[in-house]
Amino acid sequence: MPRPCTGRIAPSEITPEAVWTHRRAFLRFALAAGAGLALPDVAFAEEEKLPAAIRDLVPSKLGKELERTSREAFTTYNNFVELGPDKETPAKNAHLLRVRPWTIRVDGECESPGEIGIEDILGGFPQEERVYRFRCVETWAAVVPWAGVPLRDFLARFKPTSRAKYVAFQSVHDAQNLPGQRRAVLPWPYVEGLRIDEATHPLTLLATGCYGRELPGQNGAPVRLVVPWKYGFKSAKSLVRITLTDKRPATTWERLQPEEYGFYANVNPTVDHPRWSQKRERPLGGGLLAGRRPTLMYNGYEAEVAGLYAGMDLARHF
Amino acid sequence: MSAPPPFRHAALGEAKLAALILLLAPLGWLVADIVLERLGANPVETVLHRTGDWALRILLLTLAVTPLRRATGWQWPLRFRRMLGLVSFAYALLHALTWLVLDRGLIWKEVVGDVLERPYVTLGFGAFALLLPLALTSTRGMMRRLGRHWQRLHRAIYVAAALAVLHYAWLAKVERPEPIVYGVILLALLLARLPLRWRTTPVGA
Repeated sequence: MPRPCTGRIAPSEITPEAVWTHRRAFLRFALAAGAGLALPDVAFAEEEKLPAAIRDLVPSKLGKELERTSREAFTTYNNFVELGPDKETPAKNAHLLRVRPWTIRVDGECESPGEIGIEDILGGFPQEERVYRFRCVETWAAVVPWAGVPLRDFLARFKPTSRAKYVAFQSVHDAQNLPGQRRAVLPWPYVEGLRIDEATHPLTLLATGCYGRELPGQNGAPVRLVVPWKYGFKSAKSLVRITLTDKRPATTWERLQPEEYGFYANVNPTVDHPRWSQKRERPLGGGLLAGRRPTLMYNGYEAEVAGLYAGMDLARHF
Repeated sequence: MSAPPPFRHAALGEAKLAALILLLAPLGWLVADIVLERLGANPVETVLHRTGDWALRILLLTLAVTPLRRATGWQWPLRFRRMLGLVSFAYALLHALTWLVLDRGLIWKEVVGDVLERPYVTLGFGAFALLLPLALTSTRGMMRRLGRHWQRLHRAIYVAAALAVLHYAWLAKVERPEPIVYGVILLALLLARLPLRWRTTPVGA
């Protein structure tokens, strides 16, 4: 007896999602591997569908002379507790961070609060290249070519009022997908903060990319803060909310260990961390015998930012 | 003590060789990673962490020998204790040298400052300083020469292990569970000795 033709496909004939997604992944991998033999960088860039904004960057004025850390080193050695507790796991778990759709809510002391999507950040502002030194409070260091928007240009769109003395930055909170947020190792979400004059300093960047590509998940995709003269923990990753406020924000590490991690966290070789010296730093990607180099005051941006802290006791306001 | 049959000697020798190979496997792995440049973006830190981890793990294994012997009545674990202690010391020595040469770059002023002022360095240095005489007096000859003092001296291993765990805990960030795990294991190994000692002490002695 012929089977009645209903025009439907029997459930058994439908390829299970797991199979076709796996197949696609395999094809992508095979294509990338094939292309990769000839042009590894191109294959990778195509894979990540580079937005035009990050390709046509306004070139960096600072940092041209600095020796850049390899992309490999800076994207495989990360502190991003949301994605894992040690240096290697954030890169391995990066796919768990869902970067589209993505919006940042801007609120607090401003005339036009609102939400802005990542596409509007990438398309609505000229993206600039910034080659900055990066210094972690743990003493490792890097030189990174970022792409992004000066934070002050971004904030101007929301018209901060004169009551905006500080800016609070809130990172992604998605315990369902981010393994590090299933346990309260840190009080989630991660919160950071800057004084308004720090936030609107021309060096402060809202980064959307690095090494000529979109930010990888482990480096804080799709949009993060970069404050090059402060220890890395100030540069909050994967931002979902920016709040202009008249009060100094209670930041995550300051709440957790106030004697070790101050609100300012300016890179300073003369003020040690209570447990270790900050006099020297170790560049990432160096060999076993590479050694440390001296830490620079304000991470090498003394000429640009020292004025922000004139008259302050840096040992007390660390 | 009657001589055990020769085949048992041979088996013990082979077992010891196998144990030594097993204990040095992490070092072989590390050397392979150095040669193949698989140590990641911060290779000195990786070497420090691996050598420190194995020094502490094998130190805890050394301390597990006596509780294991008492719990099971087996005598053979005792035959491996010296080797365990010496291999633990070897990893601790590599750990200390890596820190001194590759991390601190032999800048003695900073080295001395760290040992005196940074509690995690002080603790690590203390643990190493306690293990050094134990390694030097681990030979049969030294055992004989020191007599009853030998055992008293070698009790320093308990202090060294405690310092090593604190050294790790002091430097680790809040989110790391490892120092707590090692601390609990050490505490369990130390507690495992106490009731048995009391039980074997003759009443009224």
